[in-house]
Amino acid sequence: MELKNSRLLPVDRENAWKALNDPERLRASIAGCESIVPTGENEYEAAMTAAIGPVKAKFKGRLKLSDVVAPESYTLAFDGQGGPAGFGKGTARVTLTPEGAGTRLDYAVQAQVGGKIAQVGQRLIDGAARKMADDFFERFGAALATEAPAEVAAISSATVTGEPPGRAFPGWAWALAAAAASLVAFLALR
Amino acid sequence: MTDLTIGKSVLRKEDARFLTGSGQYTDDVVMPRQSYAYFLRSPYAHAAIRGVDLAGAREMPGVLAIYTGKDLPDAVGGLPCGWLITGTDGQPMKEPKHPLLAQGKVRHVGDPVAMVVADTFLAAKDAAERIEVDYEPLPAVVDVRDALAAGAPAVHAEAPGNVCYVWALGDKAATDAAFARAAHVTTLEFINNRLIPNAIEPRACNASYAKSDDSYTLYVASQNPHVERLLMTAFVLGLPEHKVRVIAPDVGGGFGSKIYLYAEETMCVWASKLVGRPIKWTAERSESFLSDAHGRDHFTKAELALDKDGKFLAMRVDTKASMGAYLSTFASCIPTILYATLLAGQYTTPAIHAQVTAVFTNTAPVDAYRGAGRPEATYVVERLVATAAREMKLSQDEIRRRNFIRTFPYATPVALTYDIGDYDACLDGAMQMADVAGFPARKAEAAKRGMLRGLGYSSYIEACGLAPSNIAGALGARAGLYEAGEVRVHPTGKVTVFTGSHSHGQGHETTFSQVVADRLGIGVDDVDVVHGDTGRIPFGMGTYGSRSLAVGGTAIVKALDKIEAKGRKIAAHLMEVSDTDVEFKDGRFTVKGTDKHVPFAQVALTAYVPHNYPLDKLEPGLDETAFYDPTNFTYPAGTHICEVEVDPETGTTKIVSFTACDDFGNIVNPMIVEGQVHGGLAQGIGQALLEGCVYDRESGQLLTGTYMDYAMPRADDLPNFKVDTRVTACTHNPLGVKGCGEAGAIGAPAAVINALCDALGVKDIEMPATPERVWRAARAARA
Repeated sequence: MELKNSRLLPVDRENAWKALNDPERLRASIAGCESIVPTGENEYEAAMTAAIGPVKAKFKGRLKLSDVVAPESYTLAFDGQGGPAGFGKGTARVTLTPEGAGTRLDYAVQAQVGGKIAQVGQRLIDGAARKMADDFFERFGAALATEAPAEVAAISSATVTGEPPGRAFPGWAWALAAAAASLVAFLALR
Repeated sequence: MTDLTIGKSVLRKEDARFLTGSGQYTDDVVMPRQSYAYFLRSPYAHAAIRGVDLAGAREMPGVLAIYTGKDLPDAVGGLPCGWLITGTDGQPMKEPKHPLLAQGKVRHVGDPVAMVVADTFLAAKDAAERIEVDYEPLPAVVDVRDALAAGAPAVHAEAPGNVCYVWALGDKAATDAAFARAAHVTTLEFINNRLIPNAIEPRACNASYAKSDDSYTLYVASQNPHVERLLMTAFVLGLPEHKVRVIAPDVGGGFGSKIYLYAEETMCVWASKLVGRPIKWTAERSESFLSDAHGRDHFTKAELALDKDGKFLAMRVDTKASMGAYLSTFASCIPTILYATLLAGQYTTPAIHAQVTAVFTNTAPVDAYRGAGRPEATYVVERLVATAAREMKLSQDEIRRRNFIRTFPYATPVALTYDIGDYDACLDGAMQMADVAGFPARKAEAAKRGMLRGLGYSSYIEACGLAPSNIAGALGARAGLYEAGEVRVHPTGKVTVFTGSHSHGQGHETTFSQVVADRLGIGVDDVDVVHGDTGRIPFGMGTYGSRSLAVGGTAIVKALDKIEAKGRKIAAHLMEVSDTDVEFKDGRFTVKGTDKHVPFAQVALTAYVPHNYPLDKLEPGLDETAFYDPTNFTYPAGTHICEVEVDPETGTTKIVSFTACDDFGNIVNPMIVEGQVHGGLAQGIGQALLEGCVYDRESGQLLTGTYMDYAMPRADDLPNFKVDTRVTACTHNPLGVKGCGEAGAIGAPAAVINALCDALGVKDIEMPATPERVWRAARAARA
């Protein structure tokens, strides 16, 4: 599956990059995320509990960054194991661009899910992935807004530009990786 | 004397328990100190196993044992394949090991990796969630064409190019020569869609070991318990066959998927001695989707050569058949022996050549599924015939009539000899029932409403009554295919029949009782039929390939012959005449030409209370066993006609009427036969319009793993079927019967798709013809 989207963050690019590089801030912004632990240069392990419809599972993920060009962009490879629930793996390309007083964040995810998630969860994943991404931005943006200068904070953290993911990319419907990947993408940005 | 019942729709004896919930299925069996198994399955289509960490799982409450592929000793073999196919290169097919639990590698999503045994099912499942398997994902192939492409990932190192075998049948030179001089050639290329069997009762087993006599008992949802036991003991576990009792109690549907020896029951038997407690496993529905042997999955190019008058000159077929990741028990013979041999259909096509390439893919194993090879063959033949008729502007019945076989016995160019049939009779019958004459008016009326009507024919033939052992053996079968029957007359004249056939929905308890009751002049309720228990029945081959009445029923008839012969001697002694002067009729032994007689029950009592008995010449008792090996296959045939109405705006297909006029030979119970036809038609229509197993072509993930994505036919998808029969009695079994269990699934798909092509005016449409596909085809046809 492929997922592309764009978000406007209410801080300048330096601060957006810094925030996205703060594992604790990211962990707090992700529902169900238990830990993000560095395991080496640009490598992390993350643990979270995700519930997609009838499938609820603890995921353990490995994350690895490459092509890091601070504060502009990088590529993230991720590989999450959910035991009997299955797995998700893929890559995410993340780019930050200044836009007015804020920063535009573009992400493009390519991901694959397998096992029970692929077998029974397909029709639930679309909505679940979108909700998880929205939840993340709400929390993450709200936290940033409280710290940002007033005129920047006026840009609503909930502002979404670009197409809503479900409508824009009908082909991506069957993938929990949307959730795992978009989450993990932000999770690992540092 | 009771009324004869053969030919009457006697209500099914078994239905009382099924309809009141008192059937006894494998999962109903609970043993003392029962434990439960759960199988951890691969989420990857293809991966190397770098390591398995069981530490966390072992600490979980209630866990009794955990096994992985590494725990199996060398003495435990892989699951065997029961049919050896020899390729065109003279080499045997590739038979890579099919381990009980993955050893080093997983090869399809659902491949079992570990078995957890615990006090409860949920404890086993919870513990399995704590098993950490370190997989190294590998590229996967799911489509036969991808698997055969150069550089494709190898499913097995032992099978280069993923080829299991390349096999051929027929005279290639004669076929090619006929094509060279043909006036017309019809060519089609299509996929015969992969199906998931979906029996209502999932697979299940319950295995226990008795220390007292060093024996095992296995309850299992199986169609052939003796075959299961033989394969398991002799080829996998190395256990003494006589120390293993296999019981297949009530079984809730099989459709082929319960013929095979699977890893789960074999593991449960193996582990039951180690754990020291009975182990039960019942598949969850998700597991059934992943691990039951699937059906069909062919990619075929087919050509038909005709002369200018529409006479068939030759047929050329090239099929690539998926075997899945491993060879299931009878996988290798389905796209060969049960497929290519049927390509003559009902026609006199003089030259036929078929080449079949069996291919390993990273998918669940593929094996026989209702019809098994014959639906695929019928689809090839009847799609070609219908398309050729349209191309040559002949009517659908005319092209068939110009090519029907009418002299019997008839030796086809693809190895079979049809004993008898009357294909015109079924075609005529079906056309009348379907009111073909009124179709143009109905089509015009539908057109006024913006609807597209189409009519599709399918004149199928099948080879049933599997099978003459000598022929099967010559073709590579590693088993005999006879059947056994024992008729045990009790002292009061009541009868218990022990049959090697197995009933999992077919109504044998009623049909076999009718055969016995009529012969002995007793009531249907005076006969009980026992099946499915190696501890009670003689060595039998089970039920598949529409064989039960033709082969199993004949074994019972042969045993009845022996009962009658012995009874005649006893009666002759009682009446003080020579046994050659005694005849058995209407339930009594009579001295020919007199009214002097003794009833059957008195003879039975005498056999067991032999006070006045020829003990010097005759053993007491009245209990006879017979084994019957058929001399030929049986050849049920018929014509199905489907009428559809398509809404081109929505792509919705409505089956307006479906007619089946079949020749099953003599019929014992018309109601049961009709029920079998209905069920088969539902499955055949399901294949044509609804059912399709889809694996993601890149990742090998099963995308149709629930009933939300895999569409089973429901009552409102189906019309009220018009069903009738014509009879030419089978010439080589005493009942004159042919078999009816698979006909619906064999004939229906081609009838439906032919009707759709007729309605849409297109050459082909892929199965399942979902509304999306139909809508696209309708749009393309209009453009």
